[in-house]
Amino acid sequence: MIRVALIGAGKMGISHLSILGAHPQVEVVGVADNAHLVTDFLEKYAQYRCFTDYNKMIEVTKPDAVVVAVPTKLHSLFVWNLLKNDIHVFVEKPFCLDVDEGLGLMEMARTKNLVNQVGYHNKFIGTFKEAKNIIDTGLIGKIQHFAADMNGPVFIRNNQQSWRSKEDEGGGCLLDYAAHSIDLLNYLVAPIDKVHGSILKQYYNVNVEDGVYALLETKNHITGVLNVNWSDETYRKMATTITIMGTKGKIIVDSTELKLYLKETPHHLKYSKGWNLRQINELSEDVDYYLRGEEYSAQLDYFIKAVNGDVPNNINNFESANQTDRVIDLIKNFKIN
Amino acid sequence: MERILFGDNQFFGVNHSSDEKSRAQAIHFKEDTTILKTLDYAIDEGVNTFMCTTHERVAAICDVIRSNAIKYHNFKMYPCLPYAHKYANAVTELGLLGTLKQYVPGNFFGSLFRGGVAIVSKDYIAMMKLLVDAEMKMFKGISTPVIFLQNVVTDLLLGLGMKDVIKAYHQYIITEYNAEPGYITMNMPKLLDFLNAAGIDNPIICTSINVDGFRMSGGKGMYETTLQERDVRVIAMQVLSGGASKPREALSYVCNLPNIQSILFGASSKANIRETISLIREFDLNEEEEMTEQFNHIKIY
Repeated sequence: MIRVALIGAGKMGISHLSILGAHPQVEVVGVADNAHLVTDFLEKYAQYRCFTDYNKMIEVTKPDAVVVAVPTKLHSLFVWNLLKNDIHVFVEKPFCLDVDEGLGLMEMARTKNLVNQVGYHNKFIGTFKEAKNIIDTGLIGKIQHFAADMNGPVFIRNNQQSWRSKEDEGGGCLLDYAAHSIDLLNYLVAPIDKVHGSILKQYYNVNVEDGVYALLETKNHITGVLNVNWSDETYRKMATTITIMGTKGKIIVDSTELKLYLKETPHHLKYSKGWNLRQINELSEDVDYYLRGEEYSAQLDYFIKAVNGDVPNNINNFESANQTDRVIDLIKNFKIN
Repeated sequence: MERILFGDNQFFGVNHSSDEKSRAQAIHFKEDTTILKTLDYAIDEGVNTFMCTTHERVAAICDVIRSNAIKYHNFKMYPCLPYAHKYANAVTELGLLGTLKQYVPGNFFGSLFRGGVAIVSKDYIAMMKLLVDAEMKMFKGISTPVIFLQNVVTDLLLGLGMKDVIKAYHQYIITEYNAEPGYITMNMPKLLDFLNAAGIDNPIICTSINVDGFRMSGGKGMYETTLQERDVRVIAMQVLSGGASKPREALSYVCNLPNIQSILFGASSKANIRETISLIREFDLNEEEEMTEQFNHIKIY
């Protein structure tokens, strides 16, 4: 059994806690949060040991691994403290507000040989995984262009009470929402290292942006566009669509469907010339326990397996999340020369 | 429970296998009259139970049902609480406390201040009851013989091991609403163990069951064994894997499983509603004939 503790029992934290609670190889040893309303509830009805001070929790419960789901501004300090105590870390996305701090933590985890993972769950969705396979096997040829569209109804009123509306806490559409798309592009296409233009727009929020629009270029000189808006009520929930144009075909992929167009008959049994449609029901892998999507269980299962040494720690590790932080920084600080 | 139940996903742009179809459905069902017309198609085919979320648009449907009492005299609704996206979005926007302030009625919040800090009541069960009442308000005067807990909440409580909360919900639905509590889940075998351990026997569970094994956590085999061996009243949902499977093969699989009391499905067009219903009836009839044949066999020898 892996002894796991949670820091931060907000929306994502509670969801992680439930998945950990159902995991056959996990013993939840403690929960830390500063809201008594939540910890009292968890203590009373789930019988978890709860703490308001996470350092105290670490000291008392001695976890092997910790899941961190607190506002982004706290990530660096908390993760550093955990690594210092030789604890494996799963932290919510985005990784760190300060790119250099993230780099330091990445080195620290590597030196100490500790498992490190960041919660970019899209990589555990069957459709995006298959898109990666298709691209890597060269089915669509050389990539010419990419587009990431991401929309959702997060802020559709003038209500700005949560940390997601505060810039210094790591709120805003770029950090909290667009990060997912950027991370997917880094993974599917190639790491992005140039920004040729960016527009950050406010629709409802006054301290942070609600829309993020940018022109991007990868290390290997592929260019594309990012189009993200979290104030779009025509979407029921977060929807991410990635379009990738190649010399031999095109992919349009979201969390439910993968559409592949091939210009010629490929040397590949699964796909044929013209449009190919594959849906999530045939691409998703079974999980033992489901909450809100297979990907949430799959990413934590991967983390636990990595702690056990059963899988390499190479999906969503600090290194890849740090690359995403870098792009966020480039978009945020873009200035016309 | 009726053998066939009509669901509401298609009305509110919920499609688990295609975001594109979701959008098309949201456009198609823009007007409440289109929803009501589609409900009437189902009623014309003999399906009189509508299983629905507490989406704000359902309130308008309820108004029409109430004001046409004669037409809808046989009509039943199975509410599924809570409408989770409303709360999830609110938590992102307002934070946890802000959400509770907005949605928990009464004076749990805001009225009591001590030293400038709001004193929050920690009677969580009373809070749960108030939330149930708030969600159930729209169904006043309509027959709701089964009231469901949505899968996101059921499965969350399952993962957290909160037996007392489930028990309290169960009891509250029985005593306050004179209805049967039901549970929607994506983890049927695990949930059944959990409910049994909480002292809830032979529960009503609505869960994904399909030939593809889609969203059947723990595996299709475990579901089949559970259906075969355990006391549970199951409503099969996502029988077409969110519209990705061929109806004939998909429905044949579900109709031939033991212990499935009802099949929940949703469709937008008259033709699809008619096709699904007639396929279920055809397979049920075949099953009955097979049983009779086997029975006759036994008599002969």
